[in-house]
Amino acid sequence: MTHFDLDDMRRIMSGCAGVPETVDLAGDIGHTTFVDLGYDSLAVLEMTARIQQELGIRIPDDAVDDMKTPQAAVDYVNRRLTTA
Amino acid sequence: MTHTTDHTTDRPVITGIGITAPNGLGTHAYWQATLDGKSGIGPITRFDAERYPVRLAGEVTGFDDTEHIPSRIAVQTDHWSHLGLTAADMALTDAGIDPTTLPEYEMAVVTASSSGGTEFGQREIEKLWAQGPQYVGVYQSIAWFYAATTGQISIRHGMRGPCGVICTEQAGGLDVTAHARRLLNNGARVVVTGGTDASLCPYGLVAQLSTGHLSTRDDPEHAYLPFDTDACGYIPGEGGAMLIAETPATAHARGARPYGALAGYAATFDPRPRPGEPPLSNLRRAITTALHQAHLTPADIDVVFADALGVPAHDRQEAHAITTVFGPCAVPVTAPKTMTGRLYAGGAALDLATALLAIRDGVIPPTTGVRALAPGCDIDLVRNTPRDGPVRNALILARGHGGFNAACVLTTP
Repeated sequence: MTHFDLDDMRRIMSGCAGVPETVDLAGDIGHTTFVDLGYDSLAVLEMTARIQQELGIRIPDDAVDDMKTPQAAVDYVNRRLTTA
Repeated sequence: MTHTTDHTTDRPVITGIGITAPNGLGTHAYWQATLDGKSGIGPITRFDAERYPVRLAGEVTGFDDTEHIPSRIAVQTDHWSHLGLTAADMALTDAGIDPTTLPEYEMAVVTASSSGGTEFGQREIEKLWAQGPQYVGVYQSIAWFYAATTGQISIRHGMRGPCGVICTEQAGGLDVTAHARRLLNNGARVVVTGGTDASLCPYGLVAQLSTGHLSTRDDPEHAYLPFDTDACGYIPGEGGAMLIAETPATAHARGARPYGALAGYAATFDPRPRPGEPPLSNLRRAITTALHQAHLTPADIDVVFADALGVPAHDRQEAHAITTVFGPCAVPVTAPKTMTGRLYAGGAALDLATALLAIRDGVIPPTTGVRALAPGCDIDLVRNTPRDGPVRNALILARGHGGFNAACVLTTP
């Protein structure tokens, strides 16, 4: 995979961490924080692990701390994919 | 015997029941099946058990996790918690309690657990072996944990009062109800109590085999026969029950109709068996202490729900404890768990629920499969069909592997 988008992120979120009852993942979630979406730190860790497994890239812990929103995660992953 | 308000005010009442049992999902389905003598024991389907010595179990069929559990919670929890969360939801609905309307620190949760999330754990260990540590999911850190069901019920319903878990194998379902009483006496308004277990995966089953108490027969009709001359161990099962416990005053104030009250409870522990000497049991002392606390005599008890391990020496021990207190064949004894298998932490909780339904409807549910009582088991076992008659006071017994004994007395509210 050379490009990673918000739909990939949606798929990973629902696949490994489930979907909160109050959230419509198909909606405009890019800039809402994971916390506000109902995904806690464990969920973010799980999503990061899944991205690393799928794309074969490594994401250090401090980078995970900076991924506050799905769009931030997508942007970070795409930067890694172009520099890898 | 007469009751004074002095010893009835601290008796919790049970106002809600939720059941996830192998022979019925939901109170109505379970109770109907139990009175009909319909068993939930059959070949294990959750994994291929062909090459294991135990191939039968009581599985909760027709339970689709996605139907009952939101996906955000489902991914973090084991099947055992799914059954527990579902039973807790049912119990709250049955009690007519909307947790969003109550003070969060006045609602407490205490459940029993004996194995934790073994199926979830097995799945993650398989990933560890096959793919490496980075493939082990983060939720393994919480899903296996004995207190996971308690924690998830607490989070889901915003119940932030005292929460806990008790792990005393089969005795746990009674022990948590006594703990619920303690919490109510210390100011809790509502306590979710009870237990479920679900350990029907290879790892869970192999752990259970270590006791040597499981039945290895393949015929569901003759695989679990407590107190029978042909007793050969027990069949394991999954599921259990959750109950809502309240003080009589709170229940009365909101117009709830309790199923019954916890009038007495005691727990004892057996000494370590000594080589060359017959094993000693302190079950009898649990029974007499629970009766004493309930201010009842043996003659007041209308039915005994037996622990019914199905292992001959243990059956004789239990029958002896019962006959020492009540006299030979002097009180009806039943073991509806012959239709579910032993549910460990869920088993005694389900027996409590069953006893409450027996009190409500004035009928003793049957023990199925047993044909001839073994020598030394001089008990009046209610077999094959239900027995009618008022059930005012019921004694529920549970024995947990490792020496735990517990006895509860339930009475009409």
